[in-house]
Amino acid sequence: MNTIKLMLSATALTSVVASAVAAETTFRYGFQGSLGSLDPYSLSETFTLGTLTNVYEGLTRRDENLQIQPGLAESWEIIEPTRWRFNLRQGVKFHNGNDFTAADVVFSANRVRSEGSDLKARIPTDAEFIAVDDHTVDVVLSSANPILHSEWHTWMIVDQEWTVTTDSVQVTTAADTSVTTISQETNGTGPFMIAEHTTGVETNFTANAGWWGWNGKAPNVDRVEFKTIAADATRVAALLSGEMDLVYPVPPQDIGRVESNAATSALVGPELRTIFLGMDQARDVLTYSNVTDANPLQDVRVRQAFYHAIDAVAISARIMRGQATPSALMLAPSLFSGSGAFERPAYDPELSKQLLADAGYPDGFEIQLDCPNDRYVNDEAICQAVAAMMARAGITVNVNAQPKAQFFARVLAAGGYDTSFYLLGWSPSSFDSWNVLTQLHGCRTQNEGTGPFNIGGYCNLKVDELAAQVLVENDAAKRDELIAQAYKMTTDDVAYLPLHQQGLAWGVSEKFSVAQRADNIFRFSLITAAK
Amino acid sequence: MIAFVIRRIIQSIIVIMVVGLVAFVMFRFVGDPVNQMVGLETSIADRELLREQLGLNQPLIVQYWHFISNAAQGDFGTSYQYRRPVSEILGERLPATLELALVSAIFAIAAGIPMGVYTALYRDSVLSNIFLTVSLIGISLPSFLVGILLIFIFSVHLQWLPSFGRGEVVDLGWWSTGLLTATGLKAIILPAITLGLFQMTLIMRLVRSEMMEVLRTDFVKFAKARGLKTRVVHFGHALKNTMIPVITITGLQFGSIIAFAIITETVFQWPGSGLLFLQAVQNVDVPIMAAYLLMIAFLFVLINLIVDVLYVVVDPRIRLEGS
Repeated sequence: MNTIKLMLSATALTSVVASAVAAETTFRYGFQGSLGSLDPYSLSETFTLGTLTNVYEGLTRRDENLQIQPGLAESWEIIEPTRWRFNLRQGVKFHNGNDFTAADVVFSANRVRSEGSDLKARIPTDAEFIAVDDHTVDVVLSSANPILHSEWHTWMIVDQEWTVTTDSVQVTTAADTSVTTISQETNGTGPFMIAEHTTGVETNFTANAGWWGWNGKAPNVDRVEFKTIAADATRVAALLSGEMDLVYPVPPQDIGRVESNAATSALVGPELRTIFLGMDQARDVLTYSNVTDANPLQDVRVRQAFYHAIDAVAISARIMRGQATPSALMLAPSLFSGSGAFERPAYDPELSKQLLADAGYPDGFEIQLDCPNDRYVNDEAICQAVAAMMARAGITVNVNAQPKAQFFARVLAAGGYDTSFYLLGWSPSSFDSWNVLTQLHGCRTQNEGTGPFNIGGYCNLKVDELAAQVLVENDAAKRDELIAQAYKMTTDDVAYLPLHQQGLAWGVSEKFSVAQRADNIFRFSLITAAK
Repeated sequence: MIAFVIRRIIQSIIVIMVVGLVAFVMFRFVGDPVNQMVGLETSIADRELLREQLGLNQPLIVQYWHFISNAAQGDFGTSYQYRRPVSEILGERLPATLELALVSAIFAIAAGIPMGVYTALYRDSVLSNIFLTVSLIGISLPSFLVGILLIFIFSVHLQWLPSFGRGEVVDLGWWSTGLLTATGLKAIILPAITLGLFQMTLIMRLVRSEMMEVLRTDFVKFAKARGLKTRVVHFGHALKNTMIPVITITGLQFGSIIAFAIITETVFQWPGSGLLFLQAVQNVDVPIMAAYLLMIAFLFVLINLIVDVLYVVVDPRIRLEGS
């Protein structure tokens, strides 16, 4: 009897060992870009930050529906309008074994606002961080700010002791000639650790079995391998041949192929980025047009004529092959509760002609449309379609498509906003309307640096006033009402011509399922292996 | 002899300096590096500060002087994208490119010479016609298309070979090689064929025409008349005499194999220096672009220098002219 029991338990043991070995799962994925510096404060770019949130964590995090969830802070409350209290999670350890405490939060808050950091905007410059005790931090503000923590899921907490001892306090900028440890190694609290990192080629992650979020369970995957695959065709081929479990982005024309393959499927969803056209309303004479004595775009009727001349539904259906949603607002509808009240003006080239004639341009005019050709999904094709549509209303549009490096160098502030008519995409980093109202619609003032992306120079002081109220209004309903008022003004003014929210397309192997977030951030801890 | 070499070295240095200057003038038109280095929310003041720190406000000639004087001391600056010294990154990537170039050169020679000999000897056979058709495709199809076709057939359809990357790599300290692992060997096949196809075609056509030429010469006829075996005549006498131009061309082509690797590396995501360069162009990473262009210029100059010196050794007439 005893021998049998012993034998049984021995077999049980071997089978446990065997299954443990078999259960060693590796998830491999490819993306078009590469991971730059590993310092979480040196570049505010979605892919770099999004990937690092698997290694480091913020006080908050966002779930698959982008709702704010507790991260390293278990809970928080606004104890006075200008004083927030964060209760930190206890028993959390950094990957090197150090304890996570309030001192790390205060240190990180100072470091993220120090010179060289590219994430200074995450925290107001005058916010004061006070460690009340080891696991409580108070943030004292100079004025109320209901969206204080809205971007904190990408403000990652670093370990004070490790950062100081490795001589990494100074944020690595491109101007530095010395290489700091923090730009090449990581030490976070997150579910995964970086095991190997080859600059610009590949990065391998291993699971951190001690992560608090596993809730005592084993990690979902043991190892994640990331490789950069820049060429679209190669990336899709790598998925189809089974060498990759996830690749993104998948170009719209390849979605059908990924779907028709038995071992893979396409995961599509709306992205937060809004693609729109902007018009120069600041100059008295347009730089790139045949109208040399006036700026027709300063006339709201001309801007309305432009709007009515563009068939955004056709662009979404044809150029984007259904992978886009036509938009009436300058932000994704999911980010603003009142967005249902806004509608796109109808496509009507006849009305466009009428409006142009009323404005004194019965024969239309000529204008140049500046467009990137490697930045957004099918960006150049969109511009060409716009040109063809506007020709029907009598406006001759000359498309000037350039690589993003040249395009942005010209049209942004550093290039002197050198454009008359342009295509751009925008996703508010805070997932909030205030960002859109100030960055895109705020009057351009040279010294204060407001409206830096308001390339067309739209300016309505009433909108600026409303935006200032939106910033400090803690009551959600009142705040939404103010936002709606502001959007009413900007859409009446035809400040911009929104086109669509472009779609996300990931190609996934049938062996796994993943959560696709609308901000295109991929969280390893939400991978599940198919049974 | 020594005077000749010194004169050539001085000329080479001038060539490299000019390449550097031309590159620097071109960088003006690639775009604004600062835009690629910061996120969207970065304020205009912070952007200006960064521009100042990087020395991008200085006149072009000052920037060029800084670059050249640092480069002469082996310092190529820090990459804007990766925040690491360029010399380190290039050092990591170079083995991949050189290995790929070497394997594809070997492939081109090993396949090109026998095919050339065969098509010269059996001009009207079916196989010869097939070889010639293949070589026509090799010359006329752009290499990115060849690469994508190979990926489609051998990776997606047959699933025999990987579609991208270098496989497992063994680190030998200062050199990383993929030639010692099974996955690494499998991974190099498709890129090497893609890269070497054009050179293979070139060598094959060259061997064919040279061989046909040599077969008509008197000494071959004489060798045949002496009653030597056909195999000895073809390979002992004829082929040996066709090899001189082939060796010259292959040597000179090695430089362009490395330079052309940019496209092949992009299609196969081969982690070499060509891919690094292309990504640097897209991201306006000036230090990497400058270092890469200088490196390629240096390589070409070096190959030419060696060829020139060899000619002097081989051909006494050049020596006489020089003195």
